[in-house]
Amino acid sequence: MPLRGFPAWGTLLVLALAACAARASEITFELPDNAKQCFYEEIAQGTKCTLEFQVVITGGHYDVDCRLEDPDGTVLYKEMKKQYDSFTFTASRNGTYKFCFSNEFSTFTHKTVYFDFQVGEDPPLFPSENRVTALTQMESACVSIHEALKSVIDYQTHFRLREAQGRSRAEDLNTRVAYWSIGEAIILLVVSIGQVFLLKSFFSDKRTTTTRVGS
Amino acid sequence: LALYFHSGEREEKCIIEDVPSDTLVIGNYKVQRWDMQRHEFLESAPGLGMFVTVTTPDAEVLLSKLYGPQGTFSFTSSISGEHAICLQSNSTRFVATAGSKLRIHLDIRVGEHFLDESVVQGQDKVNEVKIKLEHLIEQIHHISREQNYEREREEKFRKTSEGTNSNILWWAVIQTLILISIGIWQIKSLRDFFISKKLV
Repeated sequence: MPLRGFPAWGTLLVLALAACAARASEITFELPDNAKQCFYEEIAQGTKCTLEFQVVITGGHYDVDCRLEDPDGTVLYKEMKKQYDSFTFTASRNGTYKFCFSNEFSTFTHKTVYFDFQVGEDPPLFPSENRVTALTQMESACVSIHEALKSVIDYQTHFRLREAQGRSRAEDLNTRVAYWSIGEAIILLVVSIGQVFLLKSFFSDKRTTTTRVGS
Repeated sequence: LALYFHSGEREEKCIIEDVPSDTLVIGNYKVQRWDMQRHEFLESAPGLGMFVTVTTPDAEVLLSKLYGPQGTFSFTSSISGEHAICLQSNSTRFVATAGSKLRIHLDIRVGEHFLDESVVQGQDKVNEVKIKLEHLIEQIHHISREQNYEREREEKFRKTSEGTNSNILWWAVIQTLILISIGIWQIKSLRDFFISKKLV
């Protein structure tokens, strides 16, 4: 790839993947009924963090309880029966932060929960420590591509989760409709045929004693 | 490796990853055991290992290996769908001493072949750019695969919805027919019955 004429590329393209504390963990897990699952993360003071979660597949209502605590045990965020939420906070002190998802209010539906915990901002694509000139056009193009791709990934994830939700509901609906139609057909037939025979049995010959009235 | 969670000694914890086909998934984990005497998590417990089992959406086992207390595993999905990554320790204590638990650090990356920074640094500038651009191209391919997979899922979803719709329509028609024919049969049958009993 002929890229002469951009000698400053080498130093400026360091993506600083490992240098900064920016990380994101996204996990999809199954939360059984009456269960609580906690996750812990060590965060340095002053880091801006974002927790986002969504209930993806469930047998019942789409909701879980979520609670986020700082190292002292102070509850930073607590919501009951939420389907989707996003919470941003800045770590006020160093330590291990804990967040828990609870399905304890549900007795028989287990749920699949997705969460995305982002710690720290993404490092800039072109670190501005030893800059001599402003960003070249190529570099600005790179930065905008990077930003655009980040939002593509974000939208993709959201769309994937919403589609999984919708699809699981549609499949549930389909099975329910099938069972309901078969069940109702059987009930209809049994009840209506039974009614006729029952009525007939009221007028059967064995009970004619009641119709005879003494003259 | 910053995110961690707790699990029982013999408990199996599973993570679900919904990935398109031909996607590389890399996982890093570290496990520590709670020490009853010292009341803290040991840095390294000898003999402690984790069974990592990866199952495809068709319930086929893709990967099933025993790793040490710290390890990296990876697999490439051949089918699109929900793969389950399960971790279980190889601890042989059966009724584990009460209060014993494991701390599992986990980090899972999907679809990106991560750049080996050391390889990049060593090259001269043009090659560095070349490597970064190849990485970028690979990421874009991953996005394109994900979108393809999304298209397949949406199609399945649409088919299910349309199936439900026509099921309901048919059911309404059949139900009406059953009701009418049963009603006619009931009235006829009773009328014949009463006539034969000379009540009418």
